[in-house]
Amino acid sequence: MVDKTLELFDCGHRACGGCGAALAARLVTKAAGTDTIVVSSTGCMEVFSTPYPETAWKVPWIHSLFENAAAVASGIEASLKKQGRKEKVVIMAGDGATFDIGMICISGAFERGHDFTYICYDNEAYMNTGIQRSGATPYDASTTTSPAGKCSFGNKLPKKDMPQILAAHGAPYVATASIAYPADLMQKIEKAVNTKGPCYVQVHAPCCTGWGFEGDQTIAVAKLAIETGLWVNYEMVDGKVVKAKKVVRKPVEEYLKTQKRFRHLFKPKRQDAEIAAIQAMADRNAEKYGIDIKLRKE
Amino acid sequence: MALAVGCRGRPGKSRDNKTGSWRVFKPVFDREKCTKCGLCMTLCPEGCIHETVEDFVDPDYTYCKGCGICAEECPGEAIEMKQEEK
Amino acid sequence: MMEITEGSHAVAEAVRLCRPQVISAYPITPQTHVVEALADMVANCQLDAEYITVENELSALSACIGASAAGSRTYSATTSQGLALMFEVCFNAAGMRLPIVMSIANRALGAPLSIWNDQQDSISLRDSGWLQFYAEDNQEATDLHYIAYRVAEDHSVLLPAFVCFDGFILSHTYEPIDMLSQEDIDRFLPEFTPYERLDAADPISFGMYATPDYYLEFRYEMDRALKESKAIIQNTGKEFARMFGRDYSAMVEGYRLEDADTAIVALGSICGTTKDSIDEMRDEGKKVGLLKIRVFRPFPTEDVAKALAHVKRVAVLDKNISLGAKGAVALEVKDALYSSGIPVKDYIIGLGGRDVRKKDIKAIVALVEKGQGDMFYGLRTEVL
Repeated sequence: MVDKTLELFDCGHRACGGCGAALAARLVTKAAGTDTIVVSSTGCMEVFSTPYPETAWKVPWIHSLFENAAAVASGIEASLKKQGRKEKVVIMAGDGATFDIGMICISGAFERGHDFTYICYDNEAYMNTGIQRSGATPYDASTTTSPAGKCSFGNKLPKKDMPQILAAHGAPYVATASIAYPADLMQKIEKAVNTKGPCYVQVHAPCCTGWGFEGDQTIAVAKLAIETGLWVNYEMVDGKVVKAKKVVRKPVEEYLKTQKRFRHLFKPKRQDAEIAAIQAMADRNAEKYGIDIKLRKE
Repeated sequence: MALAVGCRGRPGKSRDNKTGSWRVFKPVFDREKCTKCGLCMTLCPEGCIHETVEDFVDPDYTYCKGCGICAEECPGEAIEMKQEEK
Repeated sequence: MMEITEGSHAVAEAVRLCRPQVISAYPITPQTHVVEALADMVANCQLDAEYITVENELSALSACIGASAAGSRTYSATTSQGLALMFEVCFNAAGMRLPIVMSIANRALGAPLSIWNDQQDSISLRDSGWLQFYAEDNQEATDLHYIAYRVAEDHSVLLPAFVCFDGFILSHTYEPIDMLSQEDIDRFLPEFTPYERLDAADPISFGMYATPDYYLEFRYEMDRALKESKAIIQNTGKEFARMFGRDYSAMVEGYRLEDADTAIVALGSICGTTKDSIDEMRDEGKKVGLLKIRVFRPFPTEDVAKALAHVKRVAVLDKNISLGAKGAVALEVKDALYSSGIPVKDYIIGLGGRDVRKKDIKAIVALVEKGQGDMFYGLRTEVL
């Protein structure tokens, strides 16, 4: 039994005040417990938690390179198997390391079926290097390499569907979660860590610095992402969606207007066509995962 | 402390960095309104809010960055962010 | 026990005797026979190891990093393009002070694509912090794996090691090898005792980042460990000699060098051809000798200076070139001989698998005697 009162991610780390990823690190390590070896990719979480000699990790932890956490974890898992040891192997990588540069290593590791849990903390851009776009950056988000400008509305490309890609590799358990719902997140981590084989949990971790909102709004913004249908919390078992969080849906505007990265959709002029396109994406999500709570009419 | 082979570290050293010095606003906890739900403890990105006296909670001001998430999310509106006098 | 075996198979058997717990490698010509032989051993319960069929070379070495950090003796093998693909992982493994041993079946780097031998691949990683051993023949290729694990795993070294042997020339050639037994190697190479490991019972953070206040000192420590490994190499080699009769304690080895006027310096299998050529030249009255460099990193500067102090001229055979400059070995030999005044000439030779014959060695000696060198030997000007 994991003692969930333990704090395995210590104070003194250098994350921005209100950091979604820091909260994710705390909750994940809490859920996974002390018998865990964490593999981190290069990124915000690794950098704000381990400037030599200060480390915030109270579980065994290793960082190698940006792209190879899944491969390093494969080696750890093989070694533990050989030694007859029972520690769980948990990867914590950002969306940059997961969706983009780490694709080769992740695909290979999932194809080989190693027994580990891959957790992607998704702040939807390469945050540590200064907010550049990643394969996880949502449509029309302004980042430094997909900036909004006179002839651009920001990121033109849709968010890569990593959960589906990894389910297609045969991952027995795949889930999306959010720091907005910590109990749900921790339950999913526990399930993933206790499911044999390569499991994937993608955790929405809003970034106040990168998305442009005040640090005290992190949870509120995360909730709005789910309430507007732009982020869906769901679980897949053996490749089939078994559960999705239902919401009384709000229009996407309510989420978009909270963040500076979408401000160009409202100022200097309201961009109706773009907002409609984003609304259509939310509607498609709602349809696909069946998230709409249909209120009975009086 | 001798240089660690391979740039490694043991737990505890991050506590040398007193992030409480970052604060501009400070969360003040009102025990009259606190329902002891524990949500602030769960949501603090620093993990610095702890149960202290009679299951009430207090932040560890040595590390509290004053981000304000606890105040924003508290269902009982028991936490207020006040500008700190330094 | 003496057996006639292919170089690759002898290397695989040597690795088997070292009892690695985790093998992680990606096939690439001409290393394939090594990794295939190891897979076969695992499949037939002759080798009790986890064999990870990774999807590319950077994952191969990355998995070794994970396995080594978790406390296992690990092994990988690659060459040429594969080694180049794991460039950043090599620096990472050395910086993380993990004693991984990796065989390099030396092969030329593209473009243009070449599957044949030269030493550009491992030489190009001389800055990485890995120890580098070069085998003259398959006996050395075999024995150097035992030596490499012992030295790498020593708690005062803790650096990964390449064991280099020329692709095709050694890897695919059958030679008589004295293969040691499992009992022999168990006596020589004890179970892996990691200095530290990933362990829930004693949590450590591996691979933290270093600010400018610390980075230089970490690099200094690595350099120090590499330089101080010379003594460990010497002691390990002496112990091996005591137990098995073959002496690997010296980082360089002279052949008919003591009274030589002309010295040839080389790494790897070309030394075999050079020795035969020297014997013929000696019969003709020429006082020529060879200085074989068996350990390229750490570079045996003092040993090279001492061994060559008495010669009149030096010809360095470089199976590599630092494009725009010179061959890497020549540059380092020149550094060792800087204050001696002895002329050193560089001959870029055998690139991309071009055959080197005894007559080529003789031709080079004739050139260096005339003071001619610093050239691509055997350049086919007619095809330019």
